Amino acid sequence: MKLKNAEELRKLRESIKKESSKGKKLITVCSGTGCRAYGCEDLISAFKQEVEKSGLKNEVEVKATGCPGFCERGNIVVIYPEGIFYQRVKKSHVPDILKKTVVGKQLIDELLFLDEETGKKVTYEKDVPFYKKQMRLLLGANALIDPTKIEDYIALGGYSALGKVLSGMKPDEVIAEVKAAGLRGRGGAGFPTGMKWEITRKAKGDQKFVVVNADEGDPGAFMDRSLLEGNPHSILEGLMIGAYAIGASRGFVYVRNEYPLAVQNVIIATEEARKHGLLGKNILGSDFSFDIDIVRGAGAFVCGEETALMASIEGRRGVPRQRPPFPSDSGILGKPTNINNVETWANVPLIIEKGSGWYSKIGTKGSKGTKIFSLVGKINNTGLVEVPMGVTLSDIVFGIGGGIPKGKELKAIQIGGPSGGCIPKSQANVPIDYDELKKLGGMMGSGGLVVMDEDTCMVDVAKYFLEFLLEESCGKCTTCRDGIERMLEIVTRITEGKGTMEDIDTLNELAEVVRDASMCGLGQTSPNPVLSTLRYFKDEYMAHIKDKKCPGKVCKALITYTILDDKCTGCGACKQRCPQGAISGDKKKPHKIDPKKCIRCDVCYTTCKFHAIKKE
Amino acid sequence: MDKEPMITADKVAPVIDKVIAKYGGDRKMLISILFDVQHEFKYLPKEALEYLSKKMKVPLIDLYSIATFYKAYSLTPKGKHQLTVCLGTACHVRGALGVLEEIERQLDVRPGGTTKDKEFSLSTVACLGCCAMGPIVVMDDVYHGQVTPTAVKGLLAGVSKKAAGSQAKAGA
Repeated sequence: MKLKNAEELRKLRESIKKESSKGKKLITVCSGTGCRAYGCEDLISAFKQEVEKSGLKNEVEVKATGCPGFCERGNIVVIYPEGIFYQRVKKSHVPDILKKTVVGKQLIDELLFLDEETGKKVTYEKDVPFYKKQMRLLLGANALIDPTKIEDYIALGGYSALGKVLSGMKPDEVIAEVKAAGLRGRGGAGFPTGMKWEITRKAKGDQKFVVVNADEGDPGAFMDRSLLEGNPHSILEGLMIGAYAIGASRGFVYVRNEYPLAVQNVIIATEEARKHGLLGKNILGSDFSFDIDIVRGAGAFVCGEETALMASIEGRRGVPRQRPPFPSDSGILGKPTNINNVETWANVPLIIEKGSGWYSKIGTKGSKGTKIFSLVGKINNTGLVEVPMGVTLSDIVFGIGGGIPKGKELKAIQIGGPSGGCIPKSQANVPIDYDELKKLGGMMGSGGLVVMDEDTCMVDVAKYFLEFLLEESCGKCTTCRDGIERMLEIVTRITEGKGTMEDIDTLNELAEVVRDASMCGLGQTSPNPVLSTLRYFKDEYMAHIKDKKCPGKVCKALITYTILDDKCTGCGACKQRCPQGAISGDKKKPHKIDPKKCIRCDVCYTTCKFHAIKKE
Repeated sequence: MDKEPMITADKVAPVIDKVIAKYGGDRKMLISILFDVQHEFKYLPKEALEYLSKKMKVPLIDLYSIATFYKAYSLTPKGKHQLTVCLGTACHVRGALGVLEEIERQLDVRPGGTTKDKEFSLSTVACLGCCAMGPIVVMDDVYHGQVTPTAVKGLLAGVSKKAAGSQAKAGA
């Protein structure tokens, strides 16, 4: 059904709401990519079958929703209207959940979340500490809607911001509102969004483009994926509002090929929007006509850079070019183009709906609103967290993330992906703010937070990022192409215990040249992981160079494995699994590792149940 | 798959004509076109690229420049099973390298390569965004989480028996 105006949209919303409030019980199952790895698809069909079998089809609805963010505890099942929160649900739990909880109104204790702090079980979703300390303005809806159904989004007030804009706001008023809200780009650099829009609006051109940059390539960051997968319409609505404000007639969603479910859901979303007349000619009866193409990336990190992204959309090699001209003047096919990140676009409907006054009250002086982080690495509660700007990194790691597993110590927090840096524990009370993070040698980045504990080697981390960047450098600039390789050679040498003190100076010097003489963001920021680890963890570099030791026990050339006689039970498990045949010993007698044969693959260490393998 | 079917110019023609038609012959859509071609043949055969170049009037060198730039394309035939190890930061600090090395040892293959018996192709990816369950190994589009070097053997043995699952299929 094509909606002819904002009033029809409102009526549709009312009728969907009326239909859904008929007292049906609702079981939601997270079906993001993360939970798919836990087997949520089988779980959903098991629920559906069981509902059918128990004759509850008219009373119970099963819904596959987007990602609520608590990946650590997947699969996550919530039962409404009560909001009962079950975690780590398996297929075998399905009959019990229906019989006991849905029909019998009894709780299943083993599926409830245990709050380690209080030692008590948590029954309701709203009381789960992981969620309670967050401000889920953007992510909140993920857990409530089926991303393949536009009705679910509309029922929650979706597209009302678009309706508001088209039925009474001038483009300049929209831009003024976004400017007043203080929204800054969530892709990393933090450029003021309203200002970017204004520049593109004022640029001369018969046709203009708007683009969603969903080429989320930072390893360890997946909030954009989760938004696209779980609530694609919120991004499309933001894009439409932006297009109206800027005067664009065509939009592109450039999405990473490594995110097949996001690609699928955003394609479905555009089709649904088109069916409802929210894309196409004269949207909601206005003069505004607009449509969207979905473009898949093909596996190139550098395409997150806007000029490379545009080249890729034009069907060419994704190589960055010199700016100016900036995309706002000459973008895709030479037309003025405005590119924003997924999360930036998702903020737009919220600002329009609730007003810039409300929005600008959230956050710090220079950074407004919320930011979604993907909290990963050595952390208890892995997942997506959305917090108001201004909370500290340690609030996120310890307050929401539940600290480091196995009682280990926090060493550093890697923020901002390969362009960012490692913030040491001593600085973890820094507030989340574009400018504060920059001062520390990190950057907001797109929002990956990789937590590192005492078992992480910071030289190895620097090496890891250099390897990544070397692979992803497009090769256009000599400094980036060759400079990264030389830095990697030096760092590799250090991890092998062959480094010298002079190497540190050479690294610093090279880093400066690569930063200053590379053309695009990838090259310019590529030395950051090296520089920030050198700045805060120089002692670790020293340990590798001078003592030939790896404090994190990661660098293979510098560690040895031995078996502790007093702990070894002679079970033979390590001997059996050792790929090199380096372990010998008789049954029930302490075993030995031949250091000459040992390739330090860690298999014995992960196999031994008696902590009898010593790494040093 | 008993024998590799021979790819000849007349075999590729109808397939590629269809793909070109799907995208209206739009030069802008080359990346998607190459995806579809690869989907048909499981890689980008030389014959297919030559025909595509002729039909779309795009120099062959431009097609190769795209096909070699983006990681998603392959110019060589792939094995029966696709094995991808995630080496994202989160997987890395959780020991993904150990998992990769164990797979390399078990199968005697390097990333980007295919085993001699054409059973497995091994590749790595920078991040799949399932960081919570790292290290991740994707086997024929099925995601396996929290893989340890010790678990690799079982994983490889399992796939030979079980047909590919339907989870999170690429190429929507």
